[in-house]
Amino acid sequence: MKCRLPVIVLLLSIISLPLVAQDKPALTPPEELTAFDAPNDAGGRIALTWRASEQNDKPGVSYVIYGALSPDGPWQETGRFPATIGFKSDVPYYFGLSEENKRWHFFEANKIEGLLESITTTVYFKLAVTDGANTVESSIVSSAPNGNWFDTSKVYILVFVAGFSFLILFFIRLARNNPNLFIRHIPGLDAIEETIGRATEMGKPILYLNGLHGMDSLSTIASTSILGKVARKVANYDSQIKVPCYDPIVMSVCQEVVKEAYVEAGRPDAFKEDNIFFITNDQFAYAAAVDGLIVRHKPAANLYMGYYYAESLLIAETGAATGAMQIAGTDSITQLPFFITTCDYTLMGEELYAASAYLSREPLQLGSLKGQDYGKGFIIAIIIVGSILSNAGVAFIVNLFKVF
Amino acid sequence: MATDIYVWIAALLTLSIYSFLYKDNPLYKAAEHLFVGASVGYSIVITYYQAVLPRLINPIFQEGDWVMIFPTLIGFLMVSRFFPKYDWLSRITIAFMLGISTGINLPLIIQASLLKQLQGTMLPMTDINSILIVIGVLCVMIYFFFSSEHKGIVNTTSKIGILFIMVGFGASFGYTVMARISLLIGRLEFLFGDWIHLIKY
Repeated sequence: MKCRLPVIVLLLSIISLPLVAQDKPALTPPEELTAFDAPNDAGGRIALTWRASEQNDKPGVSYVIYGALSPDGPWQETGRFPATIGFKSDVPYYFGLSEENKRWHFFEANKIEGLLESITTTVYFKLAVTDGANTVESSIVSSAPNGNWFDTSKVYILVFVAGFSFLILFFIRLARNNPNLFIRHIPGLDAIEETIGRATEMGKPILYLNGLHGMDSLSTIASTSILGKVARKVANYDSQIKVPCYDPIVMSVCQEVVKEAYVEAGRPDAFKEDNIFFITNDQFAYAAAVDGLIVRHKPAANLYMGYYYAESLLIAETGAATGAMQIAGTDSITQLPFFITTCDYTLMGEELYAASAYLSREPLQLGSLKGQDYGKGFIIAIIIVGSILSNAGVAFIVNLFKVF
Repeated sequence: MATDIYVWIAALLTLSIYSFLYKDNPLYKAAEHLFVGASVGYSIVITYYQAVLPRLINPIFQEGDWVMIFPTLIGFLMVSRFFPKYDWLSRITIAFMLGISTGINLPLIIQASLLKQLQGTMLPMTDINSILIVIGVLCVMIYFFFSSEHKGIVNTTSKIGILFIMVGFGASFGYTVMARISLLIGRLEFLFGDWIHLIKY
């Protein structure tokens, strides 16, 4: 009996061998491998896709991508990743949001030393699937990368820009025919005239700050535009305006804007270029200098328009301590609370952009403001419809506005 | 007490700036002017080494990238401001800057501040957070609608909008004050630690 046992164990082992092999089915060559120029880029990238396989896409199995400059090689490994990841659905930027993308693998060959150094070289690829012991390979495919003129993933932005531009142009035309288009009262802007009048009566200057951003910022552009309107009123009242600047380019723009306002008001002789001056482009040095200016010159009115950072409270609190009337306008969400607590009036966010149109009532700016308003109305409608459809499980509207 | 002369200079300048809390005085004035002067001098050196040298002088004279001469000329037009007869030339530079920045910003803002926000707002209203987001955004947008007088339903919704804004500002205020306090603690640590060694590390 004792000598039969090893024989039985040996026999059982031999019989079970095919069963163990059946637990780990053989790998299959990747199907429908395609190489193509990656879309929406400046060249130098090739995308590879192939059909996901239930047999291959298991833990322990990897895909290895080889590249070469000739179909005969030499082949160079350009990528390797587990077979359970790397799907077309991971890059909606290229392939959209279709459910079908989950059934396709994706790999992007990008700047491979010796292969994709030039942005237009034709590169050959083959794909291997391996579990460590066995490896099977696909057929060879090739593609040459190209630069694209248009980024098609940003078409929605073009549509929005075109739509809003059309709305604004339409309302500018409307405003030219009817300059009395309605805009609701904005108390902070109504108070500007009052502050200038007060400063004139007191014989003290008006301090106007443009914030800490350069001319590439929307809030600075809005601020310089408001400065023009304020400067014109200042020129009419024969008062004085001081504009300490944080940025030299902004200073140049402000000098031009104020000079033009004085000319329009018929007071070019009263314009003093030295009143619009550069201090420094260091945040806290600027704040220290403006604080010193406020306590020494004691302006009757301080106008803070533009984008601010941590210096906002330092400056506005000093202004409040001197008893000046203060109006702030900023789209800096983190600094708005400080202005609200220290200033008499605060223009919040979009009120700053509306200010120029409100003060001047020029058809061009009035039409722009009206166009933006109706654009906002359109967005409100989209949010309402989109939210209702989302609740009903329809993601159509949400997907429509998906940008990558 | 510190023995390092630079620690003493930094401590005395810090105290000079803090003296403004009492009132404007010669010490504050001296520190302010030193601060402004040093920062301008520093920024000139930084601009030279981080912009002029690597982006202008080296590309032109070392790499032979003569195309860089065109932006240089556009930049030099700003110097015309010193000559009243030709100061109109500086407007070309300003117009160039404004045009470029508008062109670059327009798609970025529409993508980041409009479309992404739209995506994030159109949520299935399955919990209180998503309900608050949708209602808050709508009410705040109605507040910023300038073409209609704040009367009736518009008045009610815009008042709700203001409520949302103020709650947001309150949170932002508290958060920022905390950050400022940490700045103050940093300065006090320097004065009482590095300078007079009352705080032992």
